[in-house]
Amino acid sequence: MGKKKTPAINSSSTADIAFLLLCYFLMTTTMGSHTGLARRLPPIPDQNQQVEDQKINRRNIIVVRINSSDKILAGSEPIDIRFLKERVKEFLDNPNNDPTLPEKEMKMIEGFREVPVSKGVISLQNDRGTSYAAYIAVQNELVKAVNELRDEFARANFGKPYSRLTEDEQGWVKKAVPQNISEAEPKDVKGSK
Amino acid sequence: MSKFGGSNNKKEVPGVNSGSLSDIVFMLLFFFMVTTQMRETENKVQVQIPEASEVVKLERKDLSSYINIGTPIRSLQAQYGTDARIQLNDSFKTKEDIRDFVASEREAMNEGDRPLMTVCIRADKDVRMGIITDVKQELRRCSALKIMYTARKPAE
Repeated sequence: MGKKKTPAINSSSTADIAFLLLCYFLMTTTMGSHTGLARRLPPIPDQNQQVEDQKINRRNIIVVRINSSDKILAGSEPIDIRFLKERVKEFLDNPNNDPTLPEKEMKMIEGFREVPVSKGVISLQNDRGTSYAAYIAVQNELVKAVNELRDEFARANFGKPYSRLTEDEQGWVKKAVPQNISEAEPKDVKGSK
Repeated sequence: MSKFGGSNNKKEVPGVNSGSLSDIVFMLLFFFMVTTQMRETENKVQVQIPEASEVVKLERKDLSSYINIGTPIRSLQAQYGTDARIQLNDSFKTKEDIRDFVASEREAMNEGDRPLMTVCIRADKDVRMGIITDVKQELRRCSALKIMYTARKPAE
């Protein structure tokens, strides 16, 4: 009597059950595509508030236009997307204090020290016929330019890349190298040949 | 034909022990359960997300609402054509409906979370900017100013 073994439960079908569950989850769920380029839209100007053109000094603004055939214009000359980043970096950084590039303002950053902050603004304009892919590519280049400047600033001041700074330090760097990208009011953009 | 002591043909090959197979599959299952989330809405537009290297992660998934823009999927093209359309929740909408959509999404959130609401624009990469500009203007009008252009990191 005692020698009789209890037969083992046949467990070969648990794998099948698990596979069924797996298939169910594969079908009903999505891999999160929760990454993207975060932006803040400018608030809509008040109707009764006179639109006083914010007088931004000409030297402080660079206009990046994308036309309907996805050609890019930075400032006044056409540019290839590969060179856009360098152009924007040069514009924002202005290492030689060129009078045609944006001016800098000494700004006190709380908890840190006084640093020159560029007043440059990138204004991005697009045509209704611009493709979304081109638009995102340009946005990406602009963000990359700012991120690289932040990285350089972080290395120069803290000796570490931006991503390895503490949260406070990242806040300072963000203030010292602001990301001023303005998405202009849609205009009736002229036809592009 | 066996190499060693070839005469014994009756010896059976032992079966592969498949007891741990279920464990492996369960591990896979848990992986997918953790990394994915339930699909709330059915996609009615084809969206091929553009690539961007400087993407950031969305901080609060629960505070985001999605606007899908793209051409209708194959099976709906006979009905809706191939022009880019806006999809809110489960149906095709026009840009005038965005206001109601944002209002109802806002309504569903906690009072304190409302300023943090992010609108994710999931647009196909071949969509023209005209429709997106319209959407952006509409979002500005109902002061949903935090937006995110959904993009994915390019494969290295």
